[in-house]
Amino acid sequence: MNKGWPTIRLAVNGEMRAVRTPAMKRLLDVLREDLHLTGTKEGCGEGECGSCSVRMNGELVNSCLVPILQAEGASIETVEGLACDAELHPLQKAFLDCGGAQCGICTPGMLMAATQLLAQNPHPSMAEIREGLAGNLCRCTGFIRIFESVIAATANSPGRTTEQATDAR
Amino acid sequence: MNTCATTRIVGTPVPRKEGVDKLLGRARYVDDIEMDGLWHGATVRSSIPRGLIRSIGFDRKVDWNEFTVVTAADIPGQNHVQLIAADQPCLADGKVSHCDEAILLIAHADKQKVREAVNSVRIEYEPLPPIFTIEESEEQKIVIWGSDNIFKSFLLEKGDVESAWAKAAHIVEGEYRTGAQEHLYIENNGMIAAYSAEKGLTVWGSLQCPYYVHRSLVAVFNLSEDKVRVIQTETGGAFGGKEDYPSTLAAHASLLAMKSGHPVKMVYDRMEDLAATTKRHPSRVRHRTALDKKGKLLAMDIEVATDGGAYSTLSSTVLSRATLHSAGPYVCPNVRVRSCSWATNTVPYGAFRGFGAPQAIFAVERHMDEIAVAIGIDPIELRRRNFLHDGDTTATEQVMREPVILDKLLDRALTESSYEEKRARFARENRHNPVKRGMGIAAFYHGSGFTGSGERYLNSLAGIDVTTEGKLRVLVANTEFGQGTNTILTQIAAEAIGLDYNDVIMAPADTSIVPNSGPTVASRTSMVVGRLIERACAQLIAMLSEHAELDEQFTTAEFFAACDRYRAAKGDVVSLCRYEAPPGIFWDDQKYRGEAYPAFAWSVQVAQVAVDTVTYSAEVEEFWSAQEVGRVLNPVLAGGQIEGGIAQGIGYALYEKVILQNGHMANNQMTNYIMPTAEDVPPIHVYFEEIPFQHGAFGAKGIGELPHDGPAPAILNAIKDAIGVSFNSIPLLPEDLFAKLSTPQTLEEPTAV
Repeated sequence: MNKGWPTIRLAVNGEMRAVRTPAMKRLLDVLREDLHLTGTKEGCGEGECGSCSVRMNGELVNSCLVPILQAEGASIETVEGLACDAELHPLQKAFLDCGGAQCGICTPGMLMAATQLLAQNPHPSMAEIREGLAGNLCRCTGFIRIFESVIAATANSPGRTTEQATDAR
Repeated sequence: MNTCATTRIVGTPVPRKEGVDKLLGRARYVDDIEMDGLWHGATVRSSIPRGLIRSIGFDRKVDWNEFTVVTAADIPGQNHVQLIAADQPCLADGKVSHCDEAILLIAHADKQKVREAVNSVRIEYEPLPPIFTIEESEEQKIVIWGSDNIFKSFLLEKGDVESAWAKAAHIVEGEYRTGAQEHLYIENNGMIAAYSAEKGLTVWGSLQCPYYVHRSLVAVFNLSEDKVRVIQTETGGAFGGKEDYPSTLAAHASLLAMKSGHPVKMVYDRMEDLAATTKRHPSRVRHRTALDKKGKLLAMDIEVATDGGAYSTLSSTVLSRATLHSAGPYVCPNVRVRSCSWATNTVPYGAFRGFGAPQAIFAVERHMDEIAVAIGIDPIELRRRNFLHDGDTTATEQVMREPVILDKLLDRALTESSYEEKRARFARENRHNPVKRGMGIAAFYHGSGFTGSGERYLNSLAGIDVTTEGKLRVLVANTEFGQGTNTILTQIAAEAIGLDYNDVIMAPADTSIVPNSGPTVASRTSMVVGRLIERACAQLIAMLSEHAELDEQFTTAEFFAACDRYRAAKGDVVSLCRYEAPPGIFWDDQKYRGEAYPAFAWSVQVAQVAVDTVTYSAEVEEFWSAQEVGRVLNPVLAGGQIEGGIAQGIGYALYEKVILQNGHMANNQMTNYIMPTAEDVPPIHVYFEEIPFQHGAFGAKGIGELPHDGPAPAILNAIKDAIGVSFNSIPLLPEDLFAKLSTPQTLEEPTAV
């Protein structure tokens, strides 16, 4: 039955992968089912909650809205690619210290959204953090400690403003 | 007893126990689990709110031999979901009582084929007339449940309300309504079940209460207790929404697993989860209040009505908590609360953070502001004159034996929010600004733990053991779903023994491993279960000193060496403790009188809102919350509980509306059921006052539900302050503001006699 399926090649967390799969299968399902990268979560299946957020060619996407055909040749980054060996990524460390993760189901997507935000803007203001994370729903934290986590992750890098340090609350 | 200054681990912000796994994306939620031979299950649901099932037809184009199909006839034991009563069928048998009620289950190896098969089943009904509102249910013209549509009613009486009306200087009446609210945990309900004749049933799932699921499966499958094993997987949010529903879903997955011979996974998509699972009870609360000329409460006559949906589920206990929170944190000599939960043909309403209290507190705290206007007293002053203090009695005549610091919490909240200064400034600025700002408050308590005799009936058992790998392990059936159970309980154990936080682990929430320490609900885990762990630790030290030569002072190595000696001599190193009620706790279920809760958590919240009179949007600009929850065991987790609860409360007040059409949730998507996002939640300021509670673990009381109780009344009180118009119903959406504000002034002033 899979004769008509194309082979899709894509780089996931820096590693080239090839999957033979229906062209319209969601990137989310390919990651979870074909590549067994279950860190990326499904929350709504319609691009509203952001739990399935991954980076695709340096853009933040909802992987539940991306047919795999569209990811042919793409570079995908998921939560599994954030930590370097045993070392947590600065954002992961900040989320742990600041209480940015509670139930953890939105966390992988939130981390990818925060990664995207800081890649584009290493020292975001509070308003920019709120905007950057607005596509990712968290039902546990009320977001406050997620904002603090993002600020904490940027704390040791140069160019941080006093306003950032104080406007989290 | 003040233990605040003397602990090493309790009271510190140690990182979340399972935090690293969650951050690395390797925590295993139910949908992340794969198994050999795994099939996928799906549910065929009713499309009408009430009727008889005439026939079930299967599309002949589908080869049904490939599928496993389960109906009520396949249930080996009792066809009901075992909860408080046994009225809810596991699968509809001959009739349906709400839309989206489960009728038929289908499983197949291919997930896509199962979805298609669900749409290839045709059910013919003979419709019966449905009812959808409290008012229709009260009329009793159509009776859909029992003989009168009443799931439960309570009468609480203190003093004599009727004697007060004639003496009153003021009588103020009001009616307040709250809508349904969806939990919107980001992980939908999900369960995997496997069956073998030898091992019996095993289920893995997203759930709060392993032993509730266990008990339900024993009844549905008529199996002995040792043939049912329930294992909680990492759970992506719950908020009460995974208290009772997992019992139903576990039974469904198990029925398919038993009949198909395969392990079966059932994970709902968002639309199914929203349409078919429980939500917060809608409510209508009426107040009639008598006051003397100084604004002291003389009598409170309160009627609480909740919409329970089609089956009784937890409606009686939700109503109980609503009843016990309906008079607010005030002293009043004469109180009568008549409460009733009504059946309607909608999906059963269930547990949701606060459990009846948010509905009752919305009413009483909104009503206090209406009273203030009616009798011409400042709303802050009115509350101060009537607050409970040490030694006062509540509506159930429970004496306040622990310190009550409402005045202090109020002062803190007012100071931190610059309440008076802002009110004055906004009053000036609002005249010239289409955006009107206002400040509002709410003061309230939340009873910690089960109501009345509840904890006695639960009779929880919890404890610790020591593994051969040299870890102290916490043995509880209490589950982690984001609120911090793992962290708090291991902190308590580490503190109580004198070990490092990293020396303590959690046993898996698996009914074959952990004892029944009760459900993870009712803000009871830290206070009640934590206390059991604290006691079990003291008991273990005593055991080791008696039987394994553990000295009074010991190092970690000496402790584990003593455990090894004990194990060699006597076997497993285990210490379990059973619940003992604090002394002097008495509750009369018949008269609804006595110690309603072993402890209360207290809070005063302040909301600052802006109402745009051009766009009719209302938003919360800033929020302050001062609370006393006993000892704060972990400041980061505690702060997160308060902030998260407030965000949900803001959603409850201003965003979240369940729209029912013919009893079916019409907006069952995240696209159109709207919760606050990162751009909507205001800065939230959290202040703890700590008064250790001597019967809670290291002084802890309940915390999880408290913060959700206050935002809705605080926000609507602030809206009244901003625009001078009262709204007594939530959710309050821009269209509701438009409907009232765009009509030439028909200001509904509260009735003052």
